[in-house]
Amino acid sequence: MSFNNLDTLYRQVIMDHYKNPRNRGTLADESVTIDMNNPTCGDRIELHLQVEDGKVKDAKFEGEGCSISMSSASMMTQAVKGKNIEDALKMSSIFSKMMLGEDVEDVDFDLGDIEALQGVSKFPARIKCATLAWKAMEKAVAVDEEE
Amino acid sequence: MTIKAIREQFPILNQEVNGHPLVYLDSAATSQKPLSVIESMEAYYKQHNSNVHRGVHTLGTRATDQYEGARDKVKNFINASSTEEVIFTRGTTTSLNTVAYGYARHVLQEGDEIVLTEMEHHSNIIPWQQAAKYTGATLKYIPMEADGTITLDSVRSTVTENTKLVAVTHVSNVLGTINPIKEIAQIAHENGAVIVVDGAQSVPHMQVDMQDLDCDFYAFSGHKMCGPTGIGVLYGKKALLEEMEPVEFGGEMIDFVGLYDSTWKDLPWKFEGGTPIIAGAIGLGAAIDFLSDFGMNNILEHEQQIANYAQEKLSEVDGLTIYGPKERGGLVTFNIDGVHPHDTATVLDAEGIAVRAGHHCAQPLMKWLDVTATARASFYLYNDESDIDRLVEGIQRAKEYFGDVI
Repeated sequence: MSFNNLDTLYRQVIMDHYKNPRNRGTLADESVTIDMNNPTCGDRIELHLQVEDGKVKDAKFEGEGCSISMSSASMMTQAVKGKNIEDALKMSSIFSKMMLGEDVEDVDFDLGDIEALQGVSKFPARIKCATLAWKAMEKAVAVDEEE
Repeated sequence: MTIKAIREQFPILNQEVNGHPLVYLDSAATSQKPLSVIESMEAYYKQHNSNVHRGVHTLGTRATDQYEGARDKVKNFINASSTEEVIFTRGTTTSLNTVAYGYARHVLQEGDEIVLTEMEHHSNIIPWQQAAKYTGATLKYIPMEADGTITLDSVRSTVTENTKLVAVTHVSNVLGTINPIKEIAQIAHENGAVIVVDGAQSVPHMQVDMQDLDCDFYAFSGHKMCGPTGIGVLYGKKALLEEMEPVEFGGEMIDFVGLYDSTWKDLPWKFEGGTPIIAGAIGLGAAIDFLSDFGMNNILEHEQQIANYAQEKLSEVDGLTIYGPKERGGLVTFNIDGVHPHDTATVLDAEGIAVRAGHHCAQPLMKWLDVTATARASFYLYNDESDIDRLVEGIQRAKEYFGDVI
């Protein structure tokens, strides 16, 4: 593997989200807060999700981790904001497929920045970093539905 | 023996990873295995495989002789008083849990103290947390100095007459700190406490002498000392082991079994319920032979030389933090400013260099260091300075790479 392969992992847009995370912060009480970590490596995300009328009204995150986990969290919050729950969950399953290396070009959604994470699928040890934020989002939606 | 000759004993090291010759710097997680260990287990399965302590047939005798022969090798290697004090387990974690279940939960009472250090691996924290919850005992931690060592004064001021158990690592898997076990054992004993030592990072790399250290319990793993996974050792002083109840019940560990009550075999077998890890013990025995040929003092000296060289070379790299004391075992833990250790490890892997990145099963220590994770390069007898040069080059590449991308 050369540095060219590394470039498929560390794309410019990923580094931009890592250095300038979108939606970093917390939300007030009416949101659902989910703490999730990768116990094997120490990455941690605290996701705040505000759901109203079946829509993700706002999403913010705090946490610590590598460039992949933090940029993925930034991209995820950006992607699901304003989406209805059904679409947010659909995106999450598309993201899982992407991490398995499946072709996701034909999907109905404009994946935007998220597509940059496609290269992670070639680095099996790093897939868990990328999926952490999405798992937190799924859990937040489930918790919100229970409440 | 030259490094080249040593490396030839480890077939796995002779390969390219991601287009570069492999540099394996993760022996603190698990060591590689020499041919003699691999072949000893292969020979056992091809020629001698049988269950131990039962069959009257020839293979059964051979398997038993080899299994008990391995115990004898362990006894000599760590200078235990007798083979009765050497219990085969699945590894350090199982050994420590055996003491927590078989000893601590029976002996501790409300008001008793368990004393630990903040540099412990999770496997030497959680069994005691659970034992404390079960018995009402409390946990106390010996404070650390800024360089990641503990002083005997701190040990003396933490261990009191209420302390019944002191659990401490011999060598830190993150900082490389070598703790003064003999002196800590003495302080524990003066206060009427027993000492339990996590030897996972010491036994593979240095001479340990149970009778000299005077530890009550000492735990280590085979796979970190050139042996196979799934085998480890619990050393315990005979008088304490005799007092203890077995933790696992079933075949192999019994003397007489009735419908309503049973009695146990003598030591060490009362702690080895079920068919034991026969091939694993034989592999561990072969690993002990292999290490003994080099001499543990030579191995320690070799590793400390590499660790010193690594500290020297890494300290010349701008924007790099090294954790732990100067005097240390064969590992160096570090972080590159602004680069997460996972990212460092991924770039190093692309260069064929294997290091560990993460919290190293020491979350309280990460908190103490005020980091979420670190990168760690750890060494063994098959490493030399050229591996460190490759590591430093790799770190420079990581710095350049992230400097460019960021």
